[in-house]
Amino acid sequence: MRVEITEPTPSLQRTSGQLIHLEQRRSSLALEDTPVVLEADEVEVFYGSFRAVRGVSMKIHKNQITAFIGPSGCGKTTVLRAFNRMHDVIPGARVGGRVRYRGFDLYAHDVSATEVRRRIGMVFQKPNPFPKSIYDNIAFGPRANGITSKAQLDEIVEKSLRAAALWDEVKDRLRTSALGMSGGQQQRLCIARTIAVEPEVVLMDEPCSALDPIATARIEELMRQLKDQFTIVIVTHNMQQAARVSDRTAFFTVEVDGANDQRCGTLVEYDATAKIFANPSDERTENYITGRFG
Amino acid sequence: MLADAPLEPGALRRQASWRATKSAIMTSLMIAAVIVVAVPLIAVVWSVISRGAGVAASSFPDFFTREIPVVSRRAGPGMGPAILGTLLVTAGATVIAVPLGVLGAVYLHEYGAASRFARIVRFMATVMTGVPSIVMGLFVYLTWTMTFGYSAFGGALALACLMLPVVIGSTEQMLRLVPTTLREAAYALGSTKSRTILTVVLPAALPGIVSGALLAIARAAGETAPLLFAVGAATRYNPDLLHDANTALSVQIFGNATSSFAAAQDRAWGAALTLMIVAFLITFAARVFTARFALKR
Amino acid sequence: MRLDLRGPDQLRIPTIVAGLAVLGAGVALTALAAGGPLGVLAWFPILAGLVVAARGTGADRAFRWTAIAAAGIVLLVLGVIALVMIDRASPVLGKMGLAFFTSSRWSAPDAVYGALPFIWGTLYTAAIAVVLSVPISLGVALFITQVAPRWLKKPMVYLIDLLAVVPSVVFGLWGVLVLSHHFGLGRSFLTAGIILGIMITPIITSLAREVIETTPASDKEAALALGCTRWEMITATVLPHSKGGLVGAVMLGLGRAMGETIAAALVIGSALGQITLDPFAPGNSMPAVIANEWGEADDMHKSALIALAVTLFVITIAVNLIATTIVQRSMRRSRGA
Repeated sequence: MRVEITEPTPSLQRTSGQLIHLEQRRSSLALEDTPVVLEADEVEVFYGSFRAVRGVSMKIHKNQITAFIGPSGCGKTTVLRAFNRMHDVIPGARVGGRVRYRGFDLYAHDVSATEVRRRIGMVFQKPNPFPKSIYDNIAFGPRANGITSKAQLDEIVEKSLRAAALWDEVKDRLRTSALGMSGGQQQRLCIARTIAVEPEVVLMDEPCSALDPIATARIEELMRQLKDQFTIVIVTHNMQQAARVSDRTAFFTVEVDGANDQRCGTLVEYDATAKIFANPSDERTENYITGRFG
Repeated sequence: MLADAPLEPGALRRQASWRATKSAIMTSLMIAAVIVVAVPLIAVVWSVISRGAGVAASSFPDFFTREIPVVSRRAGPGMGPAILGTLLVTAGATVIAVPLGVLGAVYLHEYGAASRFARIVRFMATVMTGVPSIVMGLFVYLTWTMTFGYSAFGGALALACLMLPVVIGSTEQMLRLVPTTLREAAYALGSTKSRTILTVVLPAALPGIVSGALLAIARAAGETAPLLFAVGAATRYNPDLLHDANTALSVQIFGNATSSFAAAQDRAWGAALTLMIVAFLITFAARVFTARFALKR
Repeated sequence: MRLDLRGPDQLRIPTIVAGLAVLGAGVALTALAAGGPLGVLAWFPILAGLVVAARGTGADRAFRWTAIAAAGIVLLVLGVIALVMIDRASPVLGKMGLAFFTSSRWSAPDAVYGALPFIWGTLYTAAIAVVLSVPISLGVALFITQVAPRWLKKPMVYLIDLLAVVPSVVFGLWGVLVLSHHFGLGRSFLTAGIILGIMITPIITSLAREVIETTPASDKEAALALGCTRWEMITATVLPHSKGGLVGAVMLGLGRAMGETIAAALVIGSALGQITLDPFAPGNSMPAVIANEWGEADDMHKSALIALAVTLFVITIAVNLIATTIVQRSMRRSRGA
């Protein structure tokens, strides 16, 4: 399926720099429809009786980067966490609708949350390495999943650190504490830790928001490299980042129910990134992209 | 206006006024309070060291190894059995109370959260911290000692009951300090809840848990009342945990304090010195732990 | 493609049954061997049975149940304490009725037990202790938090904690041999009150310090910026803010003073207890009586002492509960939760 790219309108001049870059990339390769890995079907999330998000239906495709954008409080992180059953740890949280991974309902009653999370990993907003050595951080996931042989663990640690572009920097101090690294390094460690269990999908919740621009650029480069092996879904409040990095973008917004002053997040538009930024179908999307609000 | 008038040479100098004087008086009262607090501490420590060191040093190392004279007016050293007794009873209490207390706190913080059972347990643990030690002593007497006789194990049980709520409270506090995001990271990697607790949460909170436990142990080592009813008053070494009466430093101090014989009183001071050194060492270790390893608040 | 998303959390019934069977066998063995050397061997099947049953339920679930059991032990112990003590106290309460708490005659040979003098002694010495200790504790807490230069704060906190660690029996020893003997203060309500006061000072000071430190710095700075002296700033911001917590801290110290056995027993005088306001009179308190008279008591006497213990328990618990609620509520309010 080829994506038509229209002329950038004057109101989109601000992002046109990235769009041209995008256009060059997109026009040379077709956005093939890879198989669907994750599917959301009318998903809604409740905290107690408060509905935080509603009406989310989307398909995440394999080996692509999907970005969730939108103003704060619109539920992007809430939806992301529903994909790997992280809401289970919050008492009173409930997920309605269906979330399917390769066709299997993730919330079926005999499905184990730990098995789900082994296949769908998550990187968090603020780097959260364990107060252990670098080696033990990476080895934690494999050990938790039953791998005990030192040789195997050594191999996994090296492979993951190389994939996260961190190996050369830390190979001589694998046994030192992970807390002694800079913020950017810690986040790359967290990414290495996540891919060490070889998940199929990696969810990233604003992974660069706590980092400086240089560290951010390195992580974005890392994401492009990882795309070949993994499927990535990233929540970001930085539109330019979404435009730079993602293949598809989903725009969420907050709806205020005037009657009882309830705020609820919802999915507005979900399409190829180029289309969202160049020619969004919904007016709310356009307003957000052009900075009229949010 | 104030701003218009020229600034006189001494205008900004501190005024002598009733308000300033009153504040200074209050500050000196506070300093006086500090001195008043320091006085008994120094007095007690001084008495113990001066009188206790005399006995312990003059017959070193006999004081720590010889048995207690059966006839108390006889001069001479010997608190060996009491030292062993204190060690046995305290170690026994620690082995019972610390694992139970840590596990209980793990339940309260990691699993129970707001459930009714957890709230009741937490409430009861607070109630239990206020049980007078003599009540615990009587309880152990009525249940254990009357069935099985005096033994170090009975003493250990009594002390464990006193330590348990304290360990639960301090451990729960430490668990609360572990950031939730660490747990989330572990779950996101496919780790089960029990594994997360054992390999991430407890290791992270360990220094605080250890120092809390050490403080509870230090307090337990000094307890007297429960031991009076559980342990008896032996004068010979008894390394058997489960059978026969035993003794402890605190029990000896209590018994000898009311004696009119100088020799017995001397031994009491020696025992007091030993006990205080033990308690201070444990507390010091606890502080070192907190300072070097604890989670930054 | 068949994807198995079910995890290691599944129940394996046969394993559980096998484990429980082995456990049962172990318990039976213990009962049969009863104390002899074989009894020790019985621990192996018991432990093995537990482990197998645990693996059958899944490690995760087993751990959870172990933690629940540990927490439940608190309830179990407290429950048993309450039951046993009340059961043993009932004979004397049956005999004396409410007069146990109201009459003043306590005579073991005549089997007449009136606890009032001891209740009075406990309350009176605790009151003396609190009256002596509160101004000091407050002064020290204020000093540490408001006056002391930064380098002095930590050593001061250490000093206070050291006081808390000195075993109470050592205080008692010092009290009886130094205070009452050497300085001739004798055994009286006052001596006991002084010792108890020294013992509860670190508790009240630590708690008071914590509460005072929650006073928002902005409030204090505002007072100072208006030209208040240090004392005026304290009375205007710190004290009103910490009022509740300070009251709670004092009550907690009161609870400790009432329950303290040994130090009191050594210096209070163990007279048969008079109800008098004279602080220099010798008296008696509940814990001291129990400690001193237990050794040679007959059954009814023991029952009376147990009833005393229960009374002490109830009063101390009540005071502690009130104190904890007050402290918690004031901490919660001041943190703006």
